[in-house]
Amino acid sequence: MTDATLAKPTEKDEKARNQWWDVWDQFRSHKGAMAGLFFLILITAFCALGPLAWDVDPGKLDIRNKDVRPIYTAIWDVDAKVACARPMGTDHLGRDIMANIMQGGRISLAVGWTAMILAILIGTFVGVLAGYFRRLDWPLMRFTDLVLSLPLLPLLLVMMLLFRDPLRAAFGPENGIFLLIVIGIGITSWMQTARIVRGDVMALKEREFVLAARSIGTPPRRMITRHVIPNVLSPIMVSATLGLATAIITESALSFLGLGFPSDFPTWGKILFDSVDRMTAFPERVIWPGMAISLTVLAVNYIGDGLRDALDPRIRGM
Amino acid sequence: MFNYTIRRFVLSIPTLLFIALVIFLLLELAPGDPMGQMPLTIPDEVKQRMREALGLGEPWYTRFYLWLYQFFIVEPQYWIDGAFGTNFANDAQRIISFQSRSPVFDTIAERLPQTLWVVGMSYVVGVAIALPIGIISAYKQYSVFDQAGTFISMIGFSVPPFFSGVLVIVIFSVQLGWLPSIYDTTHEVVDWETFKFQLQQMIMPVMVLALQTTAQVSRYMRASMLDNLGQDYVRTARAKGLSESVVVMKHVLRNSMIPVITVIALGIPSIFGGAIITEQVFKVNGLGQLLIIALQGSDIPMVMTITFLLAVLIVFMNLIADILYGVLDPRIRYD
Repeated sequence: MTDATLAKPTEKDEKARNQWWDVWDQFRSHKGAMAGLFFLILITAFCALGPLAWDVDPGKLDIRNKDVRPIYTAIWDVDAKVACARPMGTDHLGRDIMANIMQGGRISLAVGWTAMILAILIGTFVGVLAGYFRRLDWPLMRFTDLVLSLPLLPLLLVMMLLFRDPLRAAFGPENGIFLLIVIGIGITSWMQTARIVRGDVMALKEREFVLAARSIGTPPRRMITRHVIPNVLSPIMVSATLGLATAIITESALSFLGLGFPSDFPTWGKILFDSVDRMTAFPERVIWPGMAISLTVLAVNYIGDGLRDALDPRIRGM
Repeated sequence: MFNYTIRRFVLSIPTLLFIALVIFLLLELAPGDPMGQMPLTIPDEVKQRMREALGLGEPWYTRFYLWLYQFFIVEPQYWIDGAFGTNFANDAQRIISFQSRSPVFDTIAERLPQTLWVVGMSYVVGVAIALPIGIISAYKQYSVFDQAGTFISMIGFSVPPFFSGVLVIVIFSVQLGWLPSIYDTTHEVVDWETFKFQLQQMIMPVMVLALQTTAQVSRYMRASMLDNLGQDYVRTARAKGLSESVVVMKHVLRNSMIPVITVIALGIPSIFGGAIITEQVFKVNGLGQLLIIALQGSDIPMVMTITFLLAVLIVFMNLIADILYGVLDPRIRYD
């Protein structure tokens, strides 16, 4: 009887709020994370929707309007070459920098998200298998340790160099390099996720609800998809944010070393790399893409920080 | 502990062999041919002979074995010969670079000091800055200092070295003109003036690399200090009437250093990886730049050797970290 009276209000509460609303409330109280989320949405919208409003072809050469300075230069230097039609200026071939930053951001963000999703999928797959099936634990974890002791940046560079031409021939210049970079980053950054997921799955396996599910004859496949994966979602989400940050930085580093996308496909790292030679005269061309990379990664890191707090039930609700 | 050390050491040998095999097979797939740059007028049979002269005619397992033999037997022999004037090597074939036709290890020995200077310095500086920041941040948790420290390490994690490097060049070399933007490795320190110049040209690369180290190590230091500050033994030490400085700097700090020291050991290989990018920014002709040049020229022996040396460093540092952990904390001995 007491049960019935107690159950009524909570049932109503439950309908209005599921667990993710609590997470969202906690996340909202983290100022840095909210600022990060706001910036990430802003920069994504700028890159994805910007070209609709700013209808300039990023690859269009306009030699007459080359080396235009950004518009704010006119404030302290009246003689500077500025143009209202080129708010961020143009490069040494007269290409519009704002259009290039938008186009580059599209590619950089796309590479970041896809590589992160790939790394998370591989990491979760390996981690769940190693944690759930005891027979697979030893070989999979030794394999993870082996991959962790490989020098990853040099190997990534080697991979870029070796497979660039075959993949470019097979899938076209842009898609080939995109595939290569995404796969390269994906298969070199899944190890941390695998380790975290494995640990959590092993702890989860000892819990009563898993025993209960097994006792009614749940097969391993459904056990993993219904009971294990939803319960390790929070560490996966936190390592996904870290993965996104590293993927964006790694892609830019590859482009910066001249082993990323070819020069007619701008990415933030590539624009930065191309502008380094002229940074003495035109420092802004280095600063725009560099700021874009750094602020995006900073935003993603803050989101990760906020998510970690929000997904931790010990902190949530305090 | 000794048994554990030996076992761990023996286990790292198959790991290294596996890594060598992975790198070798990856390079084996290289479509980049060292003969690709040769003029087309050279007849085919001459080209074939040149390929054989480079050792490319043999099947891959023969070449892999030969490389292992040269790396682990011949090169150390030359090393000992050079150091003690003996003649173990007996003019055996060394690992030869495709590009310069000189022994790979001679080139590496030329480049290593520059990298070690910049990388080693930056690591020492980074750790020296990080430890006090971590300690104060933890002791005054949620203070302004702690928040500032968190923010700075967030920036250290987020700003990639190829941007922070370029940014400091723009500010300090281009705008202010205080520091040289290119690292001059031929510069020799003979007197006070040249020493000052050496210091000036080292500041930027060292600080750019140190920012990354500081960000990482100070976070670990802070977390580890926070873990220990809440422990019972700290309360006991305070209850005994020990001064606050003794409690924090002796009791808590010593216990907090255990995980931090392993993190410091594990971070050494990754900073060498970071040096690849920083050397490119500041044009230091160190190991990282050598690797990039070798990659672009498909100089397979050079790439293979440098990459494998990095792998050796990683495996070795993992070993050191594990052993240090056991030495410093008797609770975690593995035997």
